[in-house]
Amino acid sequence: MTGELHVVRAGALTTVQDLGRPGHAHLGVPRSGALDEPAHRLANRLLGNPEGAATLETTVDGCALLASAAAEEGGGAPGPGHPRGALAGAVVRGIPCAVVTGAPCAVTVNGRPAPWGVPFRLPAGSVLDVGPAERGLRSYIGFSGGVGAEPVLGSRATDLLSGLGPEPLRDGARLRLGSRSSAGPHGGAAAAVPDAAPWAAPPGELLLPVVQGPRADWFTAGALRTLLIGGYRVSSASNRIGLRLEGPVLERARDGELPSEGIALGALQVPPEGRPVVFLADHPVTGGYPVIGVVPQEALAAAAQAVPGTPVRFTPVSG
Amino acid sequence: MSGAADPESPATESGERAGTEGATGPGAGTTPPPAPVVLPVGRHGLLVELPGAEAAEAFHAEVLRRRAAGLLPGITEIVPGARTVLLDGLAEPRRLAAEVGEWRIPPLERGSESAVEIPVRYDGPDLPDVAGMWGVTPEEVGRLHAATTFRVAFCGFAPGFGYLTGLPEQYHVPRRSDPRTRVPAGSVALAGPYTGVYPRSSPGGWQLIGTAVRTVLWDAGREPAALFAPGTRVRFVPEGGTE
Repeated sequence: MTGELHVVRAGALTTVQDLGRPGHAHLGVPRSGALDEPAHRLANRLLGNPEGAATLETTVDGCALLASAAAEEGGGAPGPGHPRGALAGAVVRGIPCAVVTGAPCAVTVNGRPAPWGVPFRLPAGSVLDVGPAERGLRSYIGFSGGVGAEPVLGSRATDLLSGLGPEPLRDGARLRLGSRSSAGPHGGAAAAVPDAAPWAAPPGELLLPVVQGPRADWFTAGALRTLLIGGYRVSSASNRIGLRLEGPVLERARDGELPSEGIALGALQVPPEGRPVVFLADHPVTGGYPVIGVVPQEALAAAAQAVPGTPVRFTPVSG
Repeated sequence: MSGAADPESPATESGERAGTEGATGPGAGTTPPPAPVVLPVGRHGLLVELPGAEAAEAFHAEVLRRRAAGLLPGITEIVPGARTVLLDGLAEPRRLAAEVGEWRIPPLERGSESAVEIPVRYDGPDLPDVAGMWGVTPEEVGRLHAATTFRVAFCGFAPGFGYLTGLPEQYHVPRRSDPRTRVPAGSVALAGPYTGVYPRSSPGGWQLIGTAVRTVLWDAGREPAALFAPGTRVRFVPEGGTE
């Protein structure tokens, strides 16, 4: 199947994402990729796609897409019908399917409710509407075969910092869908489809473990205490590059800047104004502001779903 | 995150240290170098800080050799900076941290590598200012610049942007006090110890001395996509045959 999706409503920010392009930071290329990587992987697993197949990452208010006639897989039972209800446990081979994971939200196909977290059929001519996030921020829409954008350095991810990968979705744009066979070795397999996908509701407080360093010595002892007890909140200025925080400033023990050095995913960089920024997938690869600590990657999916105003607490962990 | 808009902005700036200790390079080796400082970066990373740019380059070369030999299991990123190398994705960062100080790092071999040649017109709007700071004529700026063999010390700011070192310290110039809102793609520019070529149009505060011609620094459809990678030798060849 080499179908198409027409963008009816692009939403606030909807991008193509996969597992990103790690391994190119030395060329100035950010890692990029799905911010809530477990949700992205889950969407693909539910569809029998390889976990690296491209999905759509929505922000805050979802998006709406029209499946073009070409999206109907030849030989599949076309079924004018409304794909209501889950195909849980059903054989999905031959029928184009989609699934929504990540931030829970209302999902409809042609105005009829479709399940969240469970694959459903997406027949030709039907409109998939992924509603506003009810909790969290970012939903992931997977399609059997994946989104078929042109890969750049092995990834289809949209990188908003450096402009690599496909443009963010715009109303009226078209998206190609990949074929199952091109999606990878598991392409045709309608693997075991669970009845429902679990999703832990985002807690009222975002707990971020932090490994101190590499530049904690650029800050006063008081700043290190402030980081742990400071009462930070997620700022509305957060984006795919970083989770910005509101709260007390971290006092520096020395002035100036570092000669540019490599920055890791999850780095807690402190710009001159003093409030830390947690670097997410589209972060710059080198920088000169000191990094007081690093949040392990496993904790960043929760950061990607933390709405502005969410309290943030850092907890010290050892490297 | 604010640092990404411009190579001269603070988050991507490099300090003076990277350039100043280049002077110790040629004679180094008679005394044992100071041990590298190894700093933790999360659960799987290390930031190795070297005494200077030359040592960082030699260390980076050694890291690449060890990765090729399969001695750095799990490693996903090797990111050189002005005087550091970031290693990330390490399976055993603590063990490596304990070992790095014991590494025997051979001195860099110079002169054997071929250089990427960038045709350039020395026609930048800041050429007169730079000439004034150098105490030479504008024509001489291009001649001196083109006579230098540069090295990509590290990359950042944008895909394909390299921070090139090689100009002697007396030719290091400050950034412009009034950054431009738009620097054309291909601009050859100076700031601190660095020369850079803007891979695309962007705001910028570096001193513009010329324009690279017939040069695509970054092409995602090309293999390799980036013309400049850390360690790449670069020479600028004046257009119009002034040599």
